[in-house]
Amino acid sequence: MPAGLYIHVPFCRTKCDYCGFYSLPGAEREIPRFLNTLRREMSFHRRSFRTFDTVYLGGGTPSVLTPAEIGRILLDVRDSYSIHPGAEITVEMNPADWDEADLRALREAGVNRLNIGVQSLDDGVLSFLGRRHTAEQALRAVWAARRAGFENLGLDLMYRIPGQDRAAWMETLAAAAALPVVHLSCYELTLEPGTPLGRRLGGSFAEPGGESSSADLFLATSRFLAEVGYLHYEVSNFTREASLASRHNTKYWRHVPYLGLGPSAHSFRANQRWWNTRSLPGYLGALEAGRSPVGGTETLSREQMALEALFLSLRTARGLHLEGYRRKYGVDLKKERGPLLAKLEEEGLVDQARGFLRPTRTGLAVADRLALL
Amino acid sequence: MKEFMETIRNFSIIAHIDHGKSTLADRLIQHTGVCNDRNFQDQILDNMDIERERGITIKSQAITLPYRAQDGRDYILNLIDTPGHVDFSYEVSRSLASCEGVLLLIDAAQGVQAQTLANLYLALEHNLEIIPVINKIDLPAADVERVLEQIDAELGLDPDRSLRCSAKEGIGIEAILEAVVERIPPPRGNLEAPLAALIFDAQYDPFRGTVIHCRVMDGAVKNGDTIRFLYNGATYRVEEVGRFLLAREKRSVLSAGEVGYIIAGVKTVADVRTGDTITLDARPCTQPLPGFKEVKPVVFASIYPIASDDYQDLADSLEKYKLNDASFIYEKDSSVALGQGFRCGFLGLLHLDVVQERLEREYDLSIILSVPSVRYRFTLQNGTVIDVDNPSHYPDPVSIAGSEEPYIRAMMMLPERYLGAVMKLCMEKRGVNSTLNYPTPGRAELTYEMPLAEVIYDFYDRFKSVTQGYGSFDYDLIDYRESNLALLDILVNGEKVDALSQIVHRDRARARGVLACDRLKDEIPRQMFKIAIQGAIGGEVISRSTISAFRKDVTAKCYGGDITRKRKLLEKQKKGKKRMKMVGNVSIPQSAFLAVLKSDTD
Repeated sequence: MPAGLYIHVPFCRTKCDYCGFYSLPGAEREIPRFLNTLRREMSFHRRSFRTFDTVYLGGGTPSVLTPAEIGRILLDVRDSYSIHPGAEITVEMNPADWDEADLRALREAGVNRLNIGVQSLDDGVLSFLGRRHTAEQALRAVWAARRAGFENLGLDLMYRIPGQDRAAWMETLAAAAALPVVHLSCYELTLEPGTPLGRRLGGSFAEPGGESSSADLFLATSRFLAEVGYLHYEVSNFTREASLASRHNTKYWRHVPYLGLGPSAHSFRANQRWWNTRSLPGYLGALEAGRSPVGGTETLSREQMALEALFLSLRTARGLHLEGYRRKYGVDLKKERGPLLAKLEEEGLVDQARGFLRPTRTGLAVADRLALL
Repeated sequence: MKEFMETIRNFSIIAHIDHGKSTLADRLIQHTGVCNDRNFQDQILDNMDIERERGITIKSQAITLPYRAQDGRDYILNLIDTPGHVDFSYEVSRSLASCEGVLLLIDAAQGVQAQTLANLYLALEHNLEIIPVINKIDLPAADVERVLEQIDAELGLDPDRSLRCSAKEGIGIEAILEAVVERIPPPRGNLEAPLAALIFDAQYDPFRGTVIHCRVMDGAVKNGDTIRFLYNGATYRVEEVGRFLLAREKRSVLSAGEVGYIIAGVKTVADVRTGDTITLDARPCTQPLPGFKEVKPVVFASIYPIASDDYQDLADSLEKYKLNDASFIYEKDSSVALGQGFRCGFLGLLHLDVVQERLEREYDLSIILSVPSVRYRFTLQNGTVIDVDNPSHYPDPVSIAGSEEPYIRAMMMLPERYLGAVMKLCMEKRGVNSTLNYPTPGRAELTYEMPLAEVIYDFYDRFKSVTQGYGSFDYDLIDYRESNLALLDILVNGEKVDALSQIVHRDRARARGVLACDRLKDEIPRQMFKIAIQGAIGGEVISRSTISAFRKDVTAKCYGGDITRKRKLLEKQKKGKKRMKMVGNVSIPQSAFLAVLKSDTD
């Protein structure tokens, strides 16, 4: 499988209260410098990466850039690498940013997949999260994107937010499922240390019991979306059709090589992983001085590769190919964990089909545990 | 030669735990200048990590302190350290038998405690000169007047002859050394008589074999002599004798009155019995020195490697460990649930803890200990009597004609206000035949006879807790008494885990079963499926608990930047899981096996 390219756009107009990703609100004046250094960074990796069949612009908020700036980035990519015909080119956007004309321009620049950070269709929840858009704006953005020609359109949603009960979440979910989109990412709110929300809630919030528990919301989400025709193909990701699953993200879960550009971006190839410095000034400074912005690397042992392969594949409905795993890592799970696998199957957490060990819906809810088998 | 003996003083420091024995020993060592401050490691006599961490002395040690007294003469002061825990009271008695006097150390704030008293009795049994020393006089809570009254009323010693010090601050140290010289009599012994040397300790040296610590009572021993152990008649050729300064110091001869060491090619410390008498093969003494007893373990548990591949490592480590711990015994054992392991005997639970910690720390082993047990005695229908310390060897119930269990006499001292709570605890622990004394107003001295099985695990913790730390406790084994026993099995998801079985008193079986199920529920981490825990006696389920399954355990986002972080977390969890034992499909942590005996203290 050809490699994927991720570009981290480290800008935001405002920082959301829950977000732990690297971005610098109010640093937009650095955009021109960033675009130039990004171009330089591309030239660093020309020997290791040649062709990409997915490009993903995430962040931060890529929609802080103008469509023309996005277009320029893609042109720069094409200068250094080749992009596969039929590649999946995704950009994340905030519903408040681009209008229909912008989106058309984006489409023309070659972007063919759009992921809109809707998060909720409830204004109370949006303001709790510190989002700078309303539910109304979110709906408008979806329709504008459709009119602009985006068919491969996805939304990000969040649930288990303090103050949002199960009914309110299901309402948002139903409304989102009724929209003309083909992909939904539904994330349980994760409190990151050091974020305003993390501090506000003291780093943790009590597990509400009963039907609003994390497990129940997870299962209810999965069940509801299945009823309306979505495939639950990864812990937090749902698609209308298997072919419309995020091809880029799928590379992360299958150890396919990817190159990450921009501050804090991670790259992976063979048994190497490396990541750029998390600081925008550090990133800019390094590249302007002709140095690599890489802040850290790790070489994975066979054992570590095996563990990653296990936990990453068990996050996906496709599951783990047992024979392939045995051949690659010398671990025969069927032989070594036979009784446990049988028990897990009996408990309805996994099943086996065509040589794959696949997590069921309830299995996906405990995927991290499954990886400890 | 008589004059030489006049310059020797052999003494011990005895004290209740935490009354500052090791600190005082350090000060005496520093004061006499055996070592300078630079190479001085605090509490030099406690040379094992675990001892230093727990602040208790496990192995006794000895050190020779050269001291020039105020009378201008040079003295040899042999300080023989004693273990400070009830598990090791026989070792204490052997150390005391090597002395002519003791410093009886009493904490100025805590006053006389149960071990103070127990140690005093031991010292009196050996006709030792007793010098009461009140320590920690610098503490704000120090109440010297009260302690002086206790010395008079409770110990029956002369308060006017007691000394005061703060070992921590180095106050009063000189006076103690002077008192040792003036008040403790020099050793007596017949230099012309055949050799009689008392073994009070032995340590293993990887280069020299066993180093025997002894006190020469009569006669003398030197290089090249052939010595004989009276206990088993074994003979060895002496390679070296000497005494303990900071390191061993070779000497040509050890003679009556002296404390020192003998190296004689003895392979392991297990070949040496503490309390045994060494004599010369060519000219043996006729009588062994009094007080020899073979120490027998009273608490038993099996040790299994967590990973069965580590069995050989465990076997090797036990062999090495045994070199330096004669009271530890072990033999092969196997468990249906846990595989190959070893059945081990310990002097008590502290001893068990120490062995477990040392195996893990020094030999880097991950081990599981089965539920500890005492040694029960069964009379079968056919008249044979068998001892059983392993629940797996519990006899067929229909074949049992009678059963007995070991009893102890517990001696407790406590402020009167806790008496009700302590008596309640003792009754709960099947205590009988209590006696109660008030040595001084407000203080109670309580004794009870109790089954050892009730005491071995959490009695001490609970006693400490109900007396809020003001109570003290000591015990002696007394005898075996008739009992009504049953075998309590534990089933995890329907599978019997033999290492969790315990022999219990039938009247307590249900309560024990409920306790075990509750404890295991707390100790066994949730897993991906429900876990049923049952307590059963002879196939009848008497208690149960359930550990609910994890319903959600997954990170929401896992993209490029999240993978390393997640993998590291999983690696950590996997490592934790490696410290658990898989029984069927259930991972059981090490702690679960000991926890089933612990009752609720809170």
